Amino acid sequence: MLEIKNLHARIADDGTEIIRGLDLTVKAGEVAAIMGPNGSGKSTLSYILAGREDYEVTEGDILYNGESILELDPAERAARGIFLAFQYPMEIPGVATMEFLKVAMNSLRKARGEDPLKIPEFMKLVKNAAGSLEMNPDMLKRPLNVGFSGGEKKRAEILQMKLLEPKLCVLDETDSGLDIDALKIVADGVNALRSPDRAFVVITHYQRLLEHIVPDTVHVLSQGRVVKSGDKSLALELETHGYAGLIGEAA
Amino acid sequence: MNVHATPKLTASETALVEVFSTRLSDLPGNEAVTLRRDTALEAIKRGLPTRKVEHWHYTDLRRLIGTVPAFDRTAKPEALPVLIGDSHRLTVSNGRAEKAENPDGVTIHRLKELFAKGELADQLIAGVDDSVGAINAAFVSDGFAISVADGVEVQNPIELQNLHAGGQAHSRFTITVGAGAKVTFLERQAGAGAALVSSIDKVVVGEGADVRFIILQEQSEDTTHLGKFEAEVGKNSNLSLFVMNVGGRLVRQEVHVAMPGEAAHFELRSVNLLANATHNDLTMVLDHSGYGTTSTELVRNIVTGKAQGVFQGQIRVAREAQKTDAKMACNSLVLSDEAEFSVKPELEIFADDVACGHGATVAEIDHAHLFYLMARGVPEKEARGLLVKAFLAEVIEELEDEALVTALEVRLENWFDEHG
Repeated sequence: MLEIKNLHARIADDGTEIIRGLDLTVKAGEVAAIMGPNGSGKSTLSYILAGREDYEVTEGDILYNGESILELDPAERAARGIFLAFQYPMEIPGVATMEFLKVAMNSLRKARGEDPLKIPEFMKLVKNAAGSLEMNPDMLKRPLNVGFSGGEKKRAEILQMKLLEPKLCVLDETDSGLDIDALKIVADGVNALRSPDRAFVVITHYQRLLEHIVPDTVHVLSQGRVVKSGDKSLALELETHGYAGLIGEAA
Repeated sequence: MNVHATPKLTASETALVEVFSTRLSDLPGNEAVTLRRDTALEAIKRGLPTRKVEHWHYTDLRRLIGTVPAFDRTAKPEALPVLIGDSHRLTVSNGRAEKAENPDGVTIHRLKELFAKGELADQLIAGVDDSVGAINAAFVSDGFAISVADGVEVQNPIELQNLHAGGQAHSRFTITVGAGAKVTFLERQAGAGAALVSSIDKVVVGEGADVRFIILQEQSEDTTHLGKFEAEVGKNSNLSLFVMNVGGRLVRQEVHVAMPGEAAHFELRSVNLLANATHNDLTMVLDHSGYGTTSTELVRNIVTGKAQGVFQGQIRVAREAQKTDAKMACNSLVLSDEAEFSVKPELEIFADDVACGHGATVAEIDHAHLFYLMARGVPEKEARGLLVKAFLAEVIEELEDEALVTALEVRLENWFDEHG
């Protein structure tokens, strides 16, 4: 489903190279965990997958279902089924959460050639999804993410993921800022979406999240490259030895 | 004999002077009124203000006014359907006030008839560098004098329509709101075809009265619109003014508010949408002259194309106006490289126990916000539209009246579809 080949990328503004020859393959149905120390390029990778303009790909390619997505803007990528759950979801005053959800869902439907949702149908979908994430319905009446706690923002991200039904879900440090109860709810939300035709790239700093979202593969990122790959036991190894030990070994 | 050297007039100034001589016989008014018109014309003859005049620094009227069109006597634009439900409509069509009925507790006169009797002649006195006042005083042909009796709560909004179909249109609305009365006015400035329009509101808000006034200016892009809103706000009374500019080639909307009455409150909210090569100037002078008077001003602007926007906000606090509380903010969103917005806030404070503040920001669309919306599948133009709407939503939604909010949002959406 996702093939990243010898990817090199830099910050568009100042030319700092962040991703330096990254290779990664994720199959449909797979949950791939990306781990790595601060500054290894984890979040940058998630932004590049989603198409953020602040980064420039200088070499290599990203293939999604066999086709390069580098020329697509973020909305076009989303329309093809790529979803990024942000580490720090934006607060957007003045944009009502419900209005935003409706516009986003209908934009994707339009891109797929489907009719817009009828209001009652839309309301029902949102209500059910919010209920399964134990979200307070009052949150949906507020402007998008404004005044949400860290945990509420993460739940809102998973809510969007449920409603938009993407095929490739990139979760950027979804565990940060979550207490253990919220972490469980969010992880259950993700697990419920696991399916043979959907893949996940789960970016995390700590092993903790992977106890709840059990990965098929684990990849360690350092200085913009995958330096080690393995199965879920690699995450436990990291927990025991730390990044320094492992990265030292790989280098 | 004129001892001053007469300046060389521009083509537009000459046109104004010539139009006046052909027009005068048609304009209503007894001798006293005609005398005011002559005086106003003399001011025009001394030349329209340039950027050297402080209040006109960002709007060089002399250069920007462009071609002055001739009067078109035959034009007769149709009255528009009212914007909100059961509003009471008062229409001035091509400078002629149409017959109107009096709602309960409200007395309405056509200005043409009052001018003929010499009433309101003193309202045709323009101030120093007051070109809007002078042009209107010279040419005003009609309008309405509206008086709301003490204690009357006017049920439905009064909609004031000032319409043209090209040429020139100069009108006024003179309004007196009695003590304890409550009323909403919605003024609409619209028309089709190249035009020079001047429109002045003079409002006196009685003690304890509550007045809401909305000005919706949506002239076509070949129209020069010169507007002035003057108000005096009485003791314990409340005036909220909402100005939306979404049209016009050259627009100058002045707001002059005096608050001599103790504990009076004034609010200004304004939304200005500017595109192409238009120029839009909102200039406010606010006098806190009474004890314990309060005000808030919030101006939000979207500029794109090669448009030039201006907000001048002057708050003056007199020595007697202790406990004044005044807050002013102006935020602009600039959507193109060539668009500009100039802000000039001024506080002139002579009292020592006051709370006054102002803030101004000029920004572009936040790229992080745009990315977030697009990452959810919202195409770029639509995502930008959502953010632009969000920037203004707060101000427009404050109006609360659902029909009015919807009507203004539709204008915003149409504007964005065309120019965003």
